[in-house]
Amino acid sequence: MSAKNEIPTHPIPFRALALRSLSDPELRATLSLVVETFTQKRQEALAGLPWEEWRERLSSLRLQILNDLPAFVHLFAARARAVGATVHQALDAKSACEIVTSILREREARRVVKSKSMISEEIHLNQHLREQGIEAIETDLGEYINQLAGHGPSHLIVPAIHHNRRRIGQLFAHKLNVPYTEDPVELTRIARKFLREEFLRAQAGITGANFAVAETGSLVLFTNEGNGRLVTTLPPLHLALVSIDKMIPSTGDLPLVVRLLPRSATGQILTSYLSVITGAREAAGSWGAHELHIVLVDNGRSRILASPYREMLKCIRCGACSNACPIYRLVGGHAYGSTYPGPMGAVLTALLEGMERAHPLLDGSTLCGACAEVCPAKVPLVTLLRRLREQKVEARLTPWVERAAMAGWACAVRFPLLYRLGKVAAGVVWPVAKRIGRNTVLGRMPDFAPRFFRRRIW
Amino acid sequence: MRVQLFTTCLIDAFFPETREAVLRLLRHFGVEVVIPPGQTCCGKPSDSGGYTRESRRAAVHFLSLFQGSDPILIPSGSCASMVKNHYPLLLGNDPRLREKAEVLAGRTYELSQFLVQVLRVHEAGLSWSGRITYHASCQLQRELGVREEPLLLLRSLRGAEFVPLSHMDRCCGFGGIFMAKLPELSLALAEEKAEEIISSGADTVTGCDHGCLLNIADALRRRGSKVRVKHLAAVLAEALPGKQT
Repeated sequence: MSAKNEIPTHPIPFRALALRSLSDPELRATLSLVVETFTQKRQEALAGLPWEEWRERLSSLRLQILNDLPAFVHLFAARARAVGATVHQALDAKSACEIVTSILREREARRVVKSKSMISEEIHLNQHLREQGIEAIETDLGEYINQLAGHGPSHLIVPAIHHNRRRIGQLFAHKLNVPYTEDPVELTRIARKFLREEFLRAQAGITGANFAVAETGSLVLFTNEGNGRLVTTLPPLHLALVSIDKMIPSTGDLPLVVRLLPRSATGQILTSYLSVITGAREAAGSWGAHELHIVLVDNGRSRILASPYREMLKCIRCGACSNACPIYRLVGGHAYGSTYPGPMGAVLTALLEGMERAHPLLDGSTLCGACAEVCPAKVPLVTLLRRLREQKVEARLTPWVERAAMAGWACAVRFPLLYRLGKVAAGVVWPVAKRIGRNTVLGRMPDFAPRFFRRRIW
Repeated sequence: MRVQLFTTCLIDAFFPETREAVLRLLRHFGVEVVIPPGQTCCGKPSDSGGYTRESRRAAVHFLSLFQGSDPILIPSGSCASMVKNHYPLLLGNDPRLREKAEVLAGRTYELSQFLVQVLRVHEAGLSWSGRITYHASCQLQRELGVREEPLLLLRSLRGAEFVPLSHMDRCCGFGGIFMAKLPELSLALAEEKAEEIISSGADTVTGCDHGCLLNIADALRRRGSKVRVKHLAAVLAEALPGKQT
């Protein structure tokens, strides 16, 4: 088994990673610009529309699915098989990777092309394939850039948001041995030229899916670059990784997600391509790969479903919460040290990778609520973050100084006399404490009220 | 009319002038103010930190202090939301306490909410001169839904020029315990806020939460800015007849 599928247990160094981003003015400028653009476009795309009504419908649709998830997964698998797909079920990352490898091995596929898939990032598929001697090329432009740079995605929708065009130009010049340019059109043309070769040579295509339609066994893909179409139709084999929470009941539910996903994600009314793939190619003249394999990945979803955090599974991965988050805007996706960034990432990482590893991420929020406000599926992100903080406290993962302060404070709030005494004491040591702690939060606090000692407050 | 005032721990320790302003303002509009003795903290810092047991203690203490049926006024969006939205959840395990908390929530108002909805201060024709801008704090707007009230009050001031910030509703980075845990991020957000305030050309910035305001004031001070930072109650108290400075 690959050791890479095991989740490291040391805590994600969120603060150190965040500080590194904070001291990178170029990154901060790029993040501000992109996030601001998406936020504005989203607002424009939703203006005048019954947004509250739509998101309420999406929320209840997602809940309906979660309430009966095993049945929907079962139905999807049966219907997908009926239209000629081979369906596999993987309980965890390791078995998902092994299923993919064995399918590719049987067909002696050594070169595969991929379109953007967060579940493949979550299970670290590329790394696994490389260890098995299979080369997987990312064909989404952002993912291609990341792959050249050796980076993971830093945003759900725009995975290379952390690169500006100057950095991409340098990367291409260095890795692809082309003359330096920072013209986006020229850079895209370069990537296109290299990727065309890969598409033609690939023996298999790997994708994720934005949704899986239970009633018809169809996969739904929202893409903007056309690479998704090439990945699913050009190579003889199409392998789709689908996490089980991607179910929607029927094609009749598609219009709702079509309305909400692109608008929430990029402020587009519709993505450039919307593919609905039902089964493999049947005969000459029809579309699609000759062979379609679907791997349904659980990897912790059933566990989350049975927990008080099940509403996290309503998420449709639009990235709107990251765009709205003041902290994400400052530090970017890599500060979160895992596959999923931003507010949904903090929650999902804690649920998928465990509290020991993910607890520092929980500090990285002011609980301002901007994320929950823009979420099209009404995932109660603030409630979930707060609940996870409770769990963190229960697991005694907060610093002892903080625990002691909270315990002392909890004593004082109940006894006004003690509280007043504490305040007087604090007032006396305050100026000294402020001097000593001038580089901490104390140095940022105001002075105690001068009249405080002279006048009884109650 | 009689109200009960919760003065909040921040105002008690650091901003007694805001407390005086609230009293002056309410008395001017004929409101009798009772300050139940023995007030401490609403429990918000521990609640957002995940310290449920500790927060429950604060909630129970609060419930024991505020008896009767008079409206409870809180000059802070986050404390008001703590009492209105979080107490019933925190005390959910105990049906008796939960019911008490729900009744209490029903008579709790954030100050600007009360000033507009009950006292209609925005129709009182107060005058105040200067350029003023406003920071919309997070729990105030998102948990209590108080978005329009402070703006109505500010726009109603004769002689005042209200200049909105380009990102009025963006978090200032205070976040209670967040400011202590990730001070660099907190300051970075406050600095962005300060920058927007300075470029708005306002001479005064106001808001309904002293937590945010202290964070913003520090960022402004670090930039050497002369912009005054005042709680909305203090601005309105200045605008009372005969009080214009």
